[in-house]
Amino acid sequence: MHELTLAESMMEIVESAAAQARVTKVTRVRLSIGALAHVESDALLYCCEIVSRGGVAAGACFEVERPPGRAQCKVCEQEFVLNHLALGCPHCAAHNLLVLDGEQMKVVEIGVA
Amino acid sequence: MCITCGCGTDSVSIESKIPQHGHDHSHGHDHSHGHDHSHGHGPLDAAHAPGTSSERILQIEQDLLAKNNGYALTNRNLFAKRGIFALNFVSSPGSGKTTLLVETIKRWQHRTPLAVVEGDQQTSNDADRIRATGAPAVQINTGKGCHLDAHMIGHAIEHLQEGQALKDDSLLLIENVGNLVCPAAFDLGEAHKVAILSVTEGEDKPLKYPDMFRAADLLLISKTDLLPYLDFDVEATIRYARQVRPDIQVIQVSTKSGAGFAEWLDWLQTGSKQAQAAKA
Repeated sequence: MHELTLAESMMEIVESAAAQARVTKVTRVRLSIGALAHVESDALLYCCEIVSRGGVAAGACFEVERPPGRAQCKVCEQEFVLNHLALGCPHCAAHNLLVLDGEQMKVVEIGVA
Repeated sequence: MCITCGCGTDSVSIESKIPQHGHDHSHGHDHSHGHDHSHGHGPLDAAHAPGTSSERILQIEQDLLAKNNGYALTNRNLFAKRGIFALNFVSSPGSGKTTLLVETIKRWQHRTPLAVVEGDQQTSNDADRIRATGAPAVQINTGKGCHLDAHMIGHAIEHLQEGQALKDDSLLLIENVGNLVCPAAFDLGEAHKVAILSVTEGEDKPLKYPDMFRAADLLLISKTDLLPYLDFDVEATIRYARQVRPDIQVIQVSTKSGAGFAEWLDWLQTGSKQAQAAKA
């Protein structure tokens, strides 16, 4: 359950942003977790709710968007959508891929009241 | 309260049995959580009710792993400065990590100094096994935690340093919590993650747990002395591992027969020499 650790990191980032903006209520937290990132979004949402209790983001709406992964084949050089690490190139079936996008795990924005 | 970084006390504990010149403490980041809730899902994966119309949006764009990666960089810089070759051993429970470390320490025969950091949820059994070889070992107990993080390793390094057990030009062997999922996400500052897969496991584990095998630079296939009694397909394992990590190196070892140890010790020696040569 490393999602709990990630949710705690989320909370630290949100609390520090709220303190900087001098607000006491966070109503929304938008996370971006790439399709290739090492996270279950349901588990992460569950943990976000738990760690936010009693704090500045208690009761906030947590949203996780999952942008697709993208990779380039090092053999045929084509670019394509990749949503699972064990899949190969859809054009030439090679597994020698350069992952271009989809591994991010970040807090994108927060809504404050 | 931890002197260095101000972290509070809680369920993570670090125990070194190395004479300390400084402080002894336990620390970490734990909270106790109850759970009693329900949540729904909209078009986005979302929990709780939508925000109010009076809300203001603040752009943040911050990486969830930024803090861990900051600690990892500090560790990595320290290793680089001192010529220390640090490895992060990851596997499922029962792959033979600790036995492999014990046998590696015995066969390394003081080519360089070395130290060990052991990670487990509970007990100091593994550190005790390492200490029986004469090598210094720090045990981190993560409590309920499922992985080591770079902050814990920073404190383990402090313990080793306070006991003068972390030498220049040494090997630092970090045995992570047995878990093929969570440790993949956390950089500790190591030179390489080394994944261990024993032949009593399934050969398709690299496909089932691709994050871990993709994060590893070396795959050690362990317990190869058992191959005559099993249907384990070594070639298929290597093929699967290279499906998720095309350039992964593979060494097959047996702590019982000693097979593969010459190659493994050579790999360690090459890495250690590179770390020493790159010392600033």
